[in-house]
Amino acid sequence: MCVALPGKVIQVNGRKATVDFSGNTLVAEAGLVKVKPGDDVLVHAGCILQVLTESEGKAMRDILKELEEL
Amino acid sequence: MTDIRTYLKNYDGPELRLMEVCGTHTAQISRCGIARMLSPAIRLISGPGCPVCVTVTSYIDRLVALSLQPDTTVLTFGDLLRVRGSRSSLNDAKAAGGRVRMLYSPLDALRAAAGEKDKCFVFAAVGFETTAPVYAMLLEEAEEAGLENLKVLTSLKTMPPVIDWICKNQGGVDGFLAPGHVSVVTGSRIFEPLSQKYGIPFVVSGFTGEEILASLYALVRRRGKAGVLNLYPSAVTEGGNAAAQKAVERYFAPCGAAWRGMGVIPGSGLALREEYARFDAGSLGLDDDRSLNPECRCAQVLTGVVSPAECPLFGGACTPRTPQGACMVSQEGSCYNYFIGGRAAQ
Repeated sequence: MCVALPGKVIQVNGRKATVDFSGNTLVAEAGLVKVKPGDDVLVHAGCILQVLTESEGKAMRDILKELEEL
Repeated sequence: MTDIRTYLKNYDGPELRLMEVCGTHTAQISRCGIARMLSPAIRLISGPGCPVCVTVTSYIDRLVALSLQPDTTVLTFGDLLRVRGSRSSLNDAKAAGGRVRMLYSPLDALRAAAGEKDKCFVFAAVGFETTAPVYAMLLEEAEEAGLENLKVLTSLKTMPPVIDWICKNQGGVDGFLAPGHVSVVTGSRIFEPLSQKYGIPFVVSGFTGEEILASLYALVRRRGKAGVLNLYPSAVTEGGNAAAQKAVERYFAPCGAAWRGMGVIPGSGLALREEYARFDAGSLGLDDDRSLNPECRCAQVLTGVVSPAECPLFGGACTPRTPQGACMVSQEGSCYNYFIGGRAAQ
């Protein structure tokens, strides 16, 4: 039930945003995060919960490197 | 990643029991065959991470009764349709003439209620911290639209109190794979007090096979040490989504909540605040839990006391086609995923 899917915002209209999920577009609630076209977002139950950042790769590498030293 | 897989496969330290408390993690662990990639000394246990599975039968009974009331329609996610209460499921109710409609988003409920203002619509508001803000948005829009015919039957639960319950009452967990999408809303720091209290690591994990393996690696490396590590930084921050937390606080207040197999855990639920009681379809006091099949071990499976395969019904009387308990119904349920993914054999 806590499934959330990443998509890309293609249009914002007030508290709603059109989100593209690999070619399928859906209108999602955008009242909980500020979004703009082009943002990668996480959508759960028709509601945008977060704007995704691209930091994962580097942050993960740094953390895993630290763990190796434990 | 190859190094991580090799490490996890060849680990020969003290035996570790690591618990995931997110149904989507449970499903992904089965789908990717992750349990098979680990050393026998690393045991994965599924905890109470599937909101449908932890919902007690009196809640389902109430939904069934509502669906059979005149001019009332129950709106729900698909997961809940096949879960049985003490006598029947919502699917059974539908077959008996009850009005039940499946939705993909709670916000579709607004359209349904606005389209038939002379009828009552009750949304089955089940979920954890991830879904609670969505229900808050629904209530906000219902208020703005002046919809008085849309109500919610709530069974909302929060993660930290149930993790505390498991550590206190059962123990034996050496680390938690913290739920990624719950953490998107709450922030990773919500697990810090529990980690310190029990001296065990928590790792917030993403949902790809690689992310879960990396998180398990972090848990094994940090065994015996308190602390919360966020390995899902693209979506999770330390403080979480403040707007979502505020929306939830506006409409809901902490309350005791009944969990299958655990009884009522103080402060582990969210109930509508008194000033929004007009939206409530009778959520209070739904604490009874009676399994239809007395042999069903869902309650013990949910708390990690037994593995799904240790239930006498697993794979025989109880399969995804003939589920006897909620854990075999939901696609996030432990029993369903052990059955589908062949984890029972491990």
